[in-house]
Amino acid sequence: MGEAIIQFLETWSPLDVVLIAQNFDRFLLGALVTLQLTGLALLIGGALAVPLAIIRAGKNPYLNAPVWAFTYTFRGTPLLVQTYLIYYGLGQFEAVRESFLWGPILSQAWWCALIAFSLNTAAYTTELLRGAIVTTSRGEVEAALACGFSAAQRMRRIVLPSAFRRALPAYSNEVIFMLHGSVVASTITIQDLLGVGRWLNGRYYLAYEGFITAAVLYLIIVLIISRGFRWWESRWLRHLYPQNAVETKPKKGLASFRF
Amino acid sequence: MEAIIEYQGQLLQGTWVTIQLALFSLLFSVFFGLLGAWAKLSKNIVAQKTAAGYTTIVRGVPDLVLILLVFFGGQQLANQLGQLTGLWDYVEISQFAAGVGTIGVVFGGYMTETFRGAILAIPRGQIEAGIACGMSRFLIFRRIIWPQMVRYALPGFSNNWLVQIKSTALVSVIGLQDVVYNGFVAGRSTRLLFTFMFAVLMIYLVLTALSDLGLRWLDKKYSKGMVRSEDG
Repeated sequence: MGEAIIQFLETWSPLDVVLIAQNFDRFLLGALVTLQLTGLALLIGGALAVPLAIIRAGKNPYLNAPVWAFTYTFRGTPLLVQTYLIYYGLGQFEAVRESFLWGPILSQAWWCALIAFSLNTAAYTTELLRGAIVTTSRGEVEAALACGFSAAQRMRRIVLPSAFRRALPAYSNEVIFMLHGSVVASTITIQDLLGVGRWLNGRYYLAYEGFITAAVLYLIIVLIISRGFRWWESRWLRHLYPQNAVETKPKKGLASFRF
Repeated sequence: MEAIIEYQGQLLQGTWVTIQLALFSLLFSVFFGLLGAWAKLSKNIVAQKTAAGYTTIVRGVPDLVLILLVFFGGQQLANQLGQLTGLWDYVEISQFAAGVGTIGVVFGGYMTETFRGAILAIPRGQIEAGIACGMSRFLIFRRIIWPQMVRYALPGFSNNWLVQIKSTALVSVIGLQDVVYNGFVAGRSTRLLFTFMFAVLMIYLVLTALSDLGLRWLDKKYSKGMVRSEDG
């Protein structure tokens, strides 16, 4: 029976399913690299974005202008070019090549991709959070002022918790956007999910198998992420859902997928 | 700097390719977006399901994967079909065509959502009023839906376009000689990759800044007579 299925697949399937199955572990490893890069970039980028967003929402022009320039540049240019600039470009400078960072980090494709992705997502997340911070309702801030909260307390206890909630639907788009963006890693020799697909096609001289497998796996990851965010939103944004007696659980989350 | 002046011909040529790629793919994406929005809002269940599948796939799979699939796989498929039916001989998909087609189709998926939302934002009563006045469906579309749809769709459209113009950079991966490709080649031969990639970065920045200006002008034009409720 098993052999019959394999023979059927080998002779009739338009895709070489057997070859994909044989190399599936590689695809899973590639997916792991993709998830690792995306996840770490989101963590680092998110950590950078919080202070930057607070600066952007503030009124200090000396701090605001450079942060604005940073977000404007990174949001206005392709991630591919940013990654090339860091991976291929930095080696142009002798000072970089001779620094202690060169060997372990700046000459490594993986680290360069991580740096580029982190800065990129930091720029997008900064603007997204800034939007959420400036739309905090005036009354809440006034109440905090009346209670004698210091600026830091206001930010930490009042503004940020509600800003994070408001930013969540847009942030789910950013996460998927970053996952999509991470394919750029495969252009600088990293064996991420797409990298494995390209490797398979190159090695066996195929046109579909590697890309289709990668595409399906990306799709699955994206669907899982958007499900996860829908669940997260249903917890964090429960107070925003329409309330009625019959239906307490919303059928659809606020997640709009992207944009 | 001298190196950039020396290679400015290549860079400008590449920029021109990038602009063409972006504009042609924009045409495609608007076309697919309108088609998709129409299908999603139609009463035909097959059209609805097809459009839903289309937007899920193109928005779920990274654009580079689809570009590679279309460029390598599409060519093989076209040739296999040609061999099978005997209708055509060997065909070759150019990088430009693969890029325009794929980016157009992918962003058509995003445009679908934007246009769908914009059409839904038009008060139903206005369309009913059009029907009551005896307007044909086409006339309703042209006089009532289209002008308002453009207005409501513009913010989303602007967003999509800014992402789309940056996505064109990915076509350099399949060897299209756009601004990234030419900049990379020039940087490699002069060993000044940072300088050239930075120049490419600046070129994209100018392109997005110009688009931003154009989109703002459009927004002003189409929101004539609208009162903005927020701080404007």
